Amino acid sequence: MTPARFSIQSTQARLRALLPAISLIAVLVPILIMQPAVMSYFGSSLLLNLAVPIVLATLAQLAIITVNDLDLSIGSFVSLVACIGATLLVKEPWLGALALIGCVLAYAAVGALIELRQIPSIVVTLGLSFVWSGLAIVLLPSPGGTSPGWLGTAMNYQTPLIAAPIVWSVVVAIIGHVLLMRTSAGVRIRGAGGNPRAMRRFGWSLVRSKATLYGIAGIFGVLSGLSLLGLTTSADANLALRYTLLSIAAVILGGGEFIGGRVSVIGAVLGAITLTLAASFLAFLNISADWQVGMQGAILVVVLSLRVLLQRGERQ
Amino acid sequence: MKSQVTGRTIGADDTAWSRLRSVQAPWAWSFVGAVLVWLGIVGVFGFGIASNVAQTALTYGVFMVLVGLGQMLVITSGVGNIDLSVPSTIALAGVIGMHVMGGADGRIVLGVVAALGVGVAVGLANYMLIRLLRIPPIIATLSSSFIIQSIAITQGRQLPPPPPALGAFATGRFLNVPYIALLALALSAALAVLLHRAVYGRKLSAIGQNARAAWLAGVDVHRTRCVAYVLCSMIAALTALLLAATSGGASLDMGVEYMLISIAVVVIGGTLVAGGKATIVGVWGASMFLFLTNAALNALGADAGVRSIVYGVLIIAVTVAAGGKTVR
Repeated sequence: MTPARFSIQSTQARLRALLPAISLIAVLVPILIMQPAVMSYFGSSLLLNLAVPIVLATLAQLAIITVNDLDLSIGSFVSLVACIGATLLVKEPWLGALALIGCVLAYAAVGALIELRQIPSIVVTLGLSFVWSGLAIVLLPSPGGTSPGWLGTAMNYQTPLIAAPIVWSVVVAIIGHVLLMRTSAGVRIRGAGGNPRAMRRFGWSLVRSKATLYGIAGIFGVLSGLSLLGLTTSADANLALRYTLLSIAAVILGGGEFIGGRVSVIGAVLGAITLTLAASFLAFLNISADWQVGMQGAILVVVLSLRVLLQRGERQ
Repeated sequence: MKSQVTGRTIGADDTAWSRLRSVQAPWAWSFVGAVLVWLGIVGVFGFGIASNVAQTALTYGVFMVLVGLGQMLVITSGVGNIDLSVPSTIALAGVIGMHVMGGADGRIVLGVVAALGVGVAVGLANYMLIRLLRIPPIIATLSSSFIIQSIAITQGRQLPPPPPALGAFATGRFLNVPYIALLALALSAALAVLLHRAVYGRKLSAIGQNARAAWLAGVDVHRTRCVAYVLCSMIAALTALLLAATSGGASLDMGVEYMLISIAVVVIGGTLVAGGKATIVGVWGASMFLFLTNAALNALGADAGVRSIVYGVLIIAVTVAAGGKTVR
């Protein structure tokens, strides 16, 4: 291999790693040109407020994609958490907290079950989504409830200099990145997705890895639901259903792969923010409401095609 | 180390056992369930109401059968294959079909052709995305469903009602059996021939069980899989016309609930989620089972939340009981 060839290859690999950042810039720059006010503290805060729960839901999905599974229930889970927060957590805080802990444990148990019985996660989480939605409807038959006072205060907390949503996203991205990519536990957990057989031979329990990751997904789901409730101040059983597909798209946009435990925490956070901005971007462009959903689909297709092009380059 | 070795043997035993069971009759469970639930309804509410419920099941449960049959073909074509664009295909095909028919009996055939054309186009587009972008089908069909939904929204204004003859067909009965159920039965028979008596069915099973082995044996994996996606979208388009005709007009959200249900009836019916083994009878059994369970809970006064929980627990319980293939 000639040095020139090698440098082209590594450039392409680097480009691929940068793709999430590039797509974010591609959405952000036109917004800044059209609406320079977005740069201000309040502008960015307004624009990105709803990004926080989406970022957290995306990380929940990322935890599950790390072990080659897919979670089709995260949207209804986030809605359920918001419903618990708006009802139990206000009236009987202890019961509410217990319910949330129970939800996380249920998630971990499902992870263990999926590995023990070798069943497809898509189907099990599909069933789970019915269960979460059902529980949410039983708790809160019609939209309503109130957000606990401390939650609203936390979500409306004004950070100095840089708007709170950006600070939270960066903090979450860094913590997640360090835990998953830089610690030995993180490497072990990613190994469960990368090469399960090797991990089993090495004597590490796959059941434990999967239960841990599903539990982590549950924790992020709870955080996502609570932060969403803090922003909306009332809940509804259908509040976050679209998060399921949004979170999968964000992980993929951020460079995650469905197989092999290849995921990127920072990429996924960027992906979630890109998708949040894409909606505002389309609104700024004055694209008719009819086409907004379609344009989101088109953006996904374009980014994924770019990725294929770069991958093809790598292989050659 | 010792525990892992025993773990592996148990795993192997498990697969052999589940394979044995699935050879016997994976579809029978859902049928037994459906009959038991129906007998339960007879016991609680009497025969008159139960026969009414059975008739409703033959109309509304049949929509579940139809979308399930399409999804079954896609799921059978190999692990990871799934079509999430069913609801948006239903929306678009319904809208286009109603526009072309324009409420006139004479243009029904034209409308059916147009709707099926939408199905073919969606199926081809879906598979092109999967093939060209090399992305998992779940993301490809998700992205395309966004775009299809938008197209449907732009076309969804001032929809003419379905032609009277189509409406009459959708609500008509022959010997107390709705025409819709007969149509679904005919379609199921045709699919059964296609799957079990034609080369295509063998190819589909082969690529579902092991795509590489099938490719080495000379099966055109991509064409076979593409046809499965196209058939799935065409069946969704047909369902759209029937749904629009039964409910007196197409609406953009008439297919929403069928995304999850289409997958649920396939799984509960006993089709292998990992692909390679389909059961048409199972789809019928599971659809009737789910519909009757829903009706029974409804009649017992359970609210939407409880019904949803029961649905979910059923899906999980059936999957856990059936176990999975260790090969991925």
